[in-house]
Amino acid sequence: MALSTPSKFGASSAAGLTARITSGKRDVKGRVVEWVLLATLGVTLLILVALIVNLLDRAWPVLNGRFGDFLSSGLDASNAQEAGVWQAIRGTLTLAIIVIVVSFPLGIACAVYLEEYASRSRLARLIRINVRNLAGVPSIVYGILGLTIFVKFAGGITGGRTVIAGGLTLSVLVLPVVVITASEALRAVPRSIREGAMGVGATQWETVRSHVLPSAAPGILTGTMLALSRAAGEAAPLLLVGGITGLLRTGNLSLWEQITDGGFTSMPVAIFSYARQTGADFQAVTAAASLILLVLVVVINGLAIWLRNRFERNW
Amino acid sequence: MEENHEEVVTQQVASHDDVPVFRTKDLSVFYGDFRAVRDVNVYIKAREITAFIGPSGCGKSTVLRCFDRMNDLIPTARVEGTVEYHGVNLYDREVDAVEVRRRVGMVFQKPNPFPKSIYDNLAFGPRLNGIKKKADLDVIVESSLKRAALWDEVKDRLKASAMGLSGGQQQRLCIARCIAVEPDVILMDEPCSALDPIATARIEDLMQEIKRDFTIIIVTHNMQQAARVSDQTAFFTTEVNPESDRRTGVLVEFDKTQKMFSNPSDSRTEAYVTGRFG
Repeated sequence: MALSTPSKFGASSAAGLTARITSGKRDVKGRVVEWVLLATLGVTLLILVALIVNLLDRAWPVLNGRFGDFLSSGLDASNAQEAGVWQAIRGTLTLAIIVIVVSFPLGIACAVYLEEYASRSRLARLIRINVRNLAGVPSIVYGILGLTIFVKFAGGITGGRTVIAGGLTLSVLVLPVVVITASEALRAVPRSIREGAMGVGATQWETVRSHVLPSAAPGILTGTMLALSRAAGEAAPLLLVGGITGLLRTGNLSLWEQITDGGFTSMPVAIFSYARQTGADFQAVTAAASLILLVLVVVINGLAIWLRNRFERNW
Repeated sequence: MEENHEEVVTQQVASHDDVPVFRTKDLSVFYGDFRAVRDVNVYIKAREITAFIGPSGCGKSTVLRCFDRMNDLIPTARVEGTVEYHGVNLYDREVDAVEVRRRVGMVFQKPNPFPKSIYDNLAFGPRLNGIKKKADLDVIVESSLKRAALWDEVKDRLKASAMGLSGGQQQRLCIARCIAVEPDVILMDEPCSALDPIATARIEDLMQEIKRDFTIIIVTHNMQQAARVSDQTAFFTTEVNPESDRRTGVLVEFDKTQKMFSNPSDSRTEAYVTGRFG
């Protein structure tokens, strides 16, 4: 007998074996699961497509009629023909810059401490759990916090209900998300990289700065960009700390004066403001503004992907 | 205090070549409550290759990682007994683990080049030591790669990513990276276990080359490798641990390699080297 005998598997001859391994039952259950999974994907995509088509359809009067005018007009919740998003776009970009400058370095530094330095203590574990909980706190609560701290308490520095107070509120809002995603990116860096660096006599900081952070950079970037697009989409906390919903007069103020002194608005706040008005005109304005916010968020996410790929190639 | 130690160390290196580089006294290592290895007494002579052999879980890697305080990175690890490096106990309060690792380099089981260029892999250590000038770094990079027998293969692509090298080349790169900081000792933790026989042979040849300049300790699963490359061999095994049901590593025998493989004193060593267990 040969080493492997067909009879061992229940067939008496080579022909029987062939028949058995070629005519087996189809994996019906597996096929069903595959189709169900595909269907859920289809539903998800369908909802997204429906949303975009619906927005495009409703926004058409604005997109077709006065798109350029719409882009360059300021906030005006009383007259749909005058309403635009220029101030809102500028506000959102200013807020985004403040979030990048404040929450990214702070959040990444916290993550480095938690992952690289404090990982042994029980306190650190407690803090880590609480950071996760903070990420789940509703944004309106951060709005109250911003109102209390950045508008009232630190009003002397922020200038009260300014874009600075708004930006700081959003920074605090996304800080836990930044800490969590950066922590995960740092944890994904293999221990062998750390050992390699320490093995040639690098201190902990040298190891972190030269190897751990660069290796984690793509992951950190992706996470922080997603946090940024969350900040770009928040309306509730901004309404509490002074986001303007009616008519925003910038007058003759310079850009710097507007930032430190004047009122501000942002895309989600403007959408909220337009959505409250009655009439088909404002419906179109609302839909058009929503589309622009959507594009803005897609651009931010696209930027995240592009940056990640760029960093990965440099390895 | 540290400076004092350093002076003492340098003097000893200069004057007593026969003084062991390392001497452990009743060394035990714990992970939490579990004693991974106990009562290890070995002495490592300068410019010799010492091999640690034994079955899995016998604590040979754990002991190796005490020699450059790499166990510090494992939060629960704890050491009892002493590890003397040129007479200084490495686990003294005043000893700076970073300074130890600049003198005691390590090559790991899985090649772990940094995800950077070949050049930057080599230059990282020297840069830490304050060498900034490109001309100086160029010299170090070239000489280290030559000593690690890798220069001819990579000299035209020093700026290419180290991740593009083969496994054997990556491991020689890691050895070169170690050599670049001119250590006193090189620890090798199963450096060939992820390599094919040809790459393994190259590493073994390389070890014979560099042992003129460095003291080498190698952990290996491969008994033939220990017999081929080492001057001294320590055989570890596991024994039932009265404190828990996990097995604790012990040092069975430590002697000249030739004796260990031809006429060992302990029957367990004989059983292992003849292939009857482990």
